[in-house]
Amino acid sequence: MIKTINLSKKFGKTLSLDNVSIELNKGDSVALMGANGAGKTTLIRLIMGYYHPTAGEVLINGQNPIKNRIDILDSVSFVPQLPPPIKLSLKELISYISHSSNVDEKLIYHYANEMKFNITPNLHKSFFTLSGGMKQKFLIAISLAKESQVMIYDEPTANLDPKARDDFYRLLSTDTSKKLSLFVTHRIEEVQDIVNRQIYMDLGKVVTDEKY
Amino acid sequence: MKNLSPALKNLLLIAYLDLKESIRANWFIIYSLVFGGLIALFFIAGITESQVMGFSGLSRLLLMYIQVTIIILPIFILITTVRSISGDRDSHILEYMLSFPISLGQYYWGKVLGRFITVFLPVFMAMAFAIIYGVFKGADVPWEIFFLYTGLLFSMSSAFLGIAFFISSLVKSSEMALGISFFVWIFLLAFIDIALISLMLQNRINETLIISIALLNPMEIFRVSAISLFDPELTVMGPVAFYILDTMKQSTFVAISILYPLIIGILFAFFGFRIFIKKDLV
Repeated sequence: MIKTINLSKKFGKTLSLDNVSIELNKGDSVALMGANGAGKTTLIRLIMGYYHPTAGEVLINGQNPIKNRIDILDSVSFVPQLPPPIKLSLKELISYISHSSNVDEKLIYHYANEMKFNITPNLHKSFFTLSGGMKQKFLIAISLAKESQVMIYDEPTANLDPKARDDFYRLLSTDTSKKLSLFVTHRIEEVQDIVNRQIYMDLGKVVTDEKY
Repeated sequence: MKNLSPALKNLLLIAYLDLKESIRANWFIIYSLVFGGLIALFFIAGITESQVMGFSGLSRLLLMYIQVTIIILPIFILITTVRSISGDRDSHILEYMLSFPISLGQYYWGKVLGRFITVFLPVFMAMAFAIIYGVFKGADVPWEIFFLYTGLLFSMSSAFLGIAFFISSLVKSSEMALGISFFVWIFLLAFIDIALISLMLQNRINETLIISIALLNPMEIFRVSAISLFDPELTVMGPVAFYILDTMKQSTFVAISILYPLIIGILFAFFGFRIFIKKDLV
């Protein structure tokens, strides 16, 4: 599903990703780990098509994520580490997502309820006025409602309390065989039960890649 | 909306959401109050009752309005728009919003359209309000001036919106974008007749060069065109304006003054788009 071939990314003179070649397949549930500055976010952003590679290439289902961004992103869900300060109301944000990605609005409500977040009383509030935990639950609900083949979560539980973390992992653990899930995390113990592969990065390189 | 292509639907959706977001923003309230307040202030100050250089009533009010607008509209548009892309990039909003299957073209041009409506409408509505109020008070409506100013404001808004989107795409941080905006505004302001160009004439610089520089400046073109209806002899306009209208017909110049800034705006917005798609997005 995702293949990187000799992928490198430089910012000025700093080499953030150094000749990374990995292949992530359907059914893989991957914990992507490493210290700050190891290159995890750079790799994610290259996969999402946000960065132009300095060398090498990324292919998702055989397609380039920059040249074929609509096709690629149609099958990708992404939750960032920190919810961005979007000023749109939840209603407007739901409208943007349902129109741009053909997501059923009812599914967003459904998954938000599963995450113990009630959208209705907050529907006309600006997204950025919600608490950190509410924002993260809402973004997780959107990612699940999108029913994507590729799920990318960058430290998704950073703002969640233990109960909400349990809800999140419970929802993720259903029907993982048809998907590829990628978790950027510093806490392997949290995702240990749902991942079947661990990739450890350091100084822009893949140091270890273990499947089990 | 049902018969529109998905691409156009997405573009209009982005424009609509940007419009809604802008209308709620503090800067938009201040922006609208400034231009609406200007018109109200002119009425309160009795501008319509005064007579200067032979014109009075609504014509006089519109002239005053346009003269103030020449100075403040560009900087308002620049500082409010320049952060639209760079600010979203800084705050990681762009990273999230572009994680959905929407093309960069739909996103960028949707933002341009939404922001254009936001910056043009208050300026136009303030002028339209003046006309409606004037009619209500029984004043003669100077339709020729009203339509000319509508055209000029439209093209002036396009020019600076395009420049702002270009800067916004070019620089990574919104602080830098703001700094460049101020520089562009001061630079163009300095190249209006009164200041630098008069100085250049005194120093006997080739007049063709001076006129060329003046013609390149959308603010100067806007100024000359706005006042040319009132003062065909251009006694109050400065030397460059005199040269310009001495070499071409007034109607030709008015057409140029509307088309040229419009083309500048479209070109800059287009270059901004090229940069937006060629550079790293976040």
